[in-house]
Amino acid sequence: MAETKPIARPLSPHLQIYRWSWTMAMSIAHRVTGSALYAGTVLIAAWLVAAASGAGAYETAQAIAGSFLGRLVLFGYSFALLHHMVGGLRHFVWDMGYGYDPETRMNMAKYSVFVSAGLTILLWIVAYAMR
Amino acid sequence: MSSNSSMRTPLGRVRGLGSAKSGTGHFWLQRVTAVANVFLTIIFLGVVISLFGKPYAAAVATLSHPLVAILMLLFTLSGAVHMRLGMQVVIEDYVHHEGLKIFAVMANTFFAIAIGAACVFAILKLSFGG
Repeated sequence: MAETKPIARPLSPHLQIYRWSWTMAMSIAHRVTGSALYAGTVLIAAWLVAAASGAGAYETAQAIAGSFLGRLVLFGYSFALLHHMVGGLRHFVWDMGYGYDPETRMNMAKYSVFVSAGLTILLWIVAYAMR
Repeated sequence: MSSNSSMRTPLGRVRGLGSAKSGTGHFWLQRVTAVANVFLTIIFLGVVISLFGKPYAAAVATLSHPLVAILMLLFTLSGAVHMRLGMQVVIEDYVHHEGLKIFAVMANTFFAIAIGAACVFAILKLSFGG
């Protein structure tokens, strides 16, 4: 009997095996943004504690937040927050038993990017307009 | 259903809690806090935007207003519970070593409570302490 060489097959198909799709990307994005928001709560807590500590601490916090890097982080945080929120609304639709057909799934995933990006830009326009 | 054919004990069947014991508690609390967070996040963003570039006195005046303070308390608490549940799922998905998993889940709880406590303290101090 001829010995057949074992072919190297993936034992446990994982992310690198599948072709990227909107739903897969948005599922991962929901988890990534959630984790980013988790870490970012340190910043919210630090900001509130600074405000409670006095004028000096608050002004230091505002100076850090107002720096270029600070604003970059805040922009990223606001996008993560809104993306996670819009992604969560998608989950509410599924929880109520709707939106499981392929077309709706793909459209909801696709629009969650555009809606959250649009909301983030709108948020910053309003923030700068109100200043 | 014959009692002989089932692996479940009569008491287990009556309780109906399944193998996870706590049923859908985690899932449901994640959804309840998610619903609350939709509204509270929008309010939080509004508060932050209104304080953008404002001096300290104006920030304190806003944050110590009872309505703002109560909504900020709800936001930070609902957020802390929601993020603890979410991160627990992430840990359980990726940390396979049992001891490490227990440690990470516990550390996650400590982190969520510490963040929640810091925020609550700061908001209350702004409101009552000045």
